[in-house]
Amino acid sequence: MEYASAEPHPEAALLRPIENPGKSFYYIVGILLVIILYTGFVYFRQLLYGLGVTGMAQPVTWGFYIINFVFFIGISHAGTLISAILRLSKAEWRRPITRMAEVITAIVLAIGGLHPIIDLGRPDRMMHLFYNGRLQSPLLWDVTSITAYFTASTVYLYIPMIPDIAILRDRGVQPRWLYEFLSWGWQGTEKQHKVLDRAMNILMVVVIPIAVSVHTIISYIFAMTVQPGWHSTIFGPYFVVGAIFSGIAAILVLMIVFRKVFRLEGYLKHIHFNYLSILLLIMSLIWFYFTFSEYLTGYYGHEPNEMRVFWYKFAGDFAPFFWAMIICNFFLPVALLCNSRTRTIPGILIASISVMIGMWLERLIIVVPSLANPRLPYPTGIYIPSHTEWMLFLGGVSVFVLGYMVFARFFPVISIWEIQEGRHESAKAVNERIRSYMPDPEPTSAAE
Amino acid sequence: MKWGMVIDLQKCTGCGECAAACKLENNVAIVAHKESEMGRTMLWMDMLTIYEGEYPRLRVRQIPRPCMHCDHPPCTKVCPVRATYINEEGIVAQIYPQCIGCRYCMAACPYTVKSFNWYKPSFPPGMARTTNPDVSVRPVGVVEKCTFCIHRLQIAREQAKSEARDLRENDYQPACGASCPTGAIVFGDLENANHQVNRLAHNPRATKLLEDLGTEPKVIYLKEVD
Repeated sequence: MEYASAEPHPEAALLRPIENPGKSFYYIVGILLVIILYTGFVYFRQLLYGLGVTGMAQPVTWGFYIINFVFFIGISHAGTLISAILRLSKAEWRRPITRMAEVITAIVLAIGGLHPIIDLGRPDRMMHLFYNGRLQSPLLWDVTSITAYFTASTVYLYIPMIPDIAILRDRGVQPRWLYEFLSWGWQGTEKQHKVLDRAMNILMVVVIPIAVSVHTIISYIFAMTVQPGWHSTIFGPYFVVGAIFSGIAAILVLMIVFRKVFRLEGYLKHIHFNYLSILLLIMSLIWFYFTFSEYLTGYYGHEPNEMRVFWYKFAGDFAPFFWAMIICNFFLPVALLCNSRTRTIPGILIASISVMIGMWLERLIIVVPSLANPRLPYPTGIYIPSHTEWMLFLGGVSVFVLGYMVFARFFPVISIWEIQEGRHESAKAVNERIRSYMPDPEPTSAAE
Repeated sequence: MKWGMVIDLQKCTGCGECAAACKLENNVAIVAHKESEMGRTMLWMDMLTIYEGEYPRLRVRQIPRPCMHCDHPPCTKVCPVRATYINEEGIVAQIYPQCIGCRYCMAACPYTVKSFNWYKPSFPPGMARTTNPDVSVRPVGVVEKCTFCIHRLQIAREQAKSEARDLRENDYQPACGASCPTGAIVFGDLENANHQVNRLAHNPRATKLLEDLGTEPKVIYLKEVD
């Protein structure tokens, strides 16, 4: 705390990254900017020459861009959805987690939402979607729901941030104008708190159905066609489960990184990791249940085209990816998280990274094999992503890291006012709540 | 009026003349060898190689495959910008200036008939100046496919109008049918009892590709008997 004029804040650890970012911040930003700049150049090349610079061909006409689109949007699910569910269910341990989770959504959704545009052969005609759009096409549903989710989740991120921005404003942190503008005249009066509470309550109820709709509709892009391996009724919930699953893994990885980098051990305690990793474990089991149902029904139906895709995944060209996915998404996380001795921070980190890899593989396994096995006998090569596609993936990840770093540089990643509220009021509120759950004492006979 | 095509596999020799004629007629880009190896060959009329049985009873057949012009096209259903649609005469048409290149129609087509312009269409030296003026050369980044040579229909219709008569059966024939040396490809109005296709479509040998999908293709194959 070098230039903050005010006296030490009770939550000083949360303000440290903003008031004293350190040199390494700028080095990392520099490296990321170089990667992003190069990615921009690679994308410019694609704009210039056409999608020929990718590895896509016929019949595998969708590749990395669509895979990453589904993957990134999946990651974005955890944030707002989990935070809304935790807030709604009054889970007290949510306090240090919600903000971090919501930021993931806002940034990843922006990146994921750009992917279909990167994938377009004619991005210059993108506006046709608005003035010539056909609402019967699942792609239009997608545009609608992603836009709605982005709007709702950024508002939902911003509203609970206002009191924190006011704290920064009052402490005179630079740039003043930014905090002055964004704090929206917050003085912390009782009326303002009431309005804030009301707004948050409305938003968290609204955001849950929107979040569920987003990934359901992404699955509809595939499920609405008649292609083997895609035309499945459980795709909607299957995608939602996968999205939440990968999202929780992303939150856990991020929490572990922030805990280490910003020394937030006091805020992100073992109990938070314990609770969230149990949630991850449950999602892993649900994911396996869906995967099992999906493939078993396909196998018993035994339609020839379905079976070609099935064997392509189980024993064909995609078998290594398929079995790696099963290990990454099920066996490894379940083995690590079932046992309280391995459910430690390093164990959780390994499980979460493995889930993120596994879920990316799942998207690959859904998109490519169905396209690579057309019904009619065409010669089909194997899809190998080009340098351009790899670069854009790396670029997307870099934009995410940069976005998060810039956010953490200017705003607290853990909600200060909610922590303080928790310290002052939670114990009383929870006590009262528990008393309300308990059966009323029986009237004593003496009273009669 | 419902335009349709009958391909008699008994008469078809698998020579590939239809595919070549189609390529020239419709200015379909000729992609470089390396691209072609990757699976980016562009053919509106493709020759499918079908292997039946196993050695020593192996049979290899080549069948011509245009767009099926389904009555319930899976591709038009998913197009977000109405760049592909089915017109009132049953032709599944493409609007190239409208296409945003999302390739959703390609992913949805169970017959995999659509091609994408991965690069700006290219032609070998000299050929670029001999493109058919009746058909636009597509720009980079759009999806294209067989249109039943719809430009020939427009020309035939204007011709008939200027001569103040109705359209005759032979006025409108797509390039593949016109070029077939054995007369295996017959084209016409499926709803007109006087047209040859109408009669052939009810032939007991008549069959459609992937009929069980319910796409109702308007390209009908007559099975080989031997």
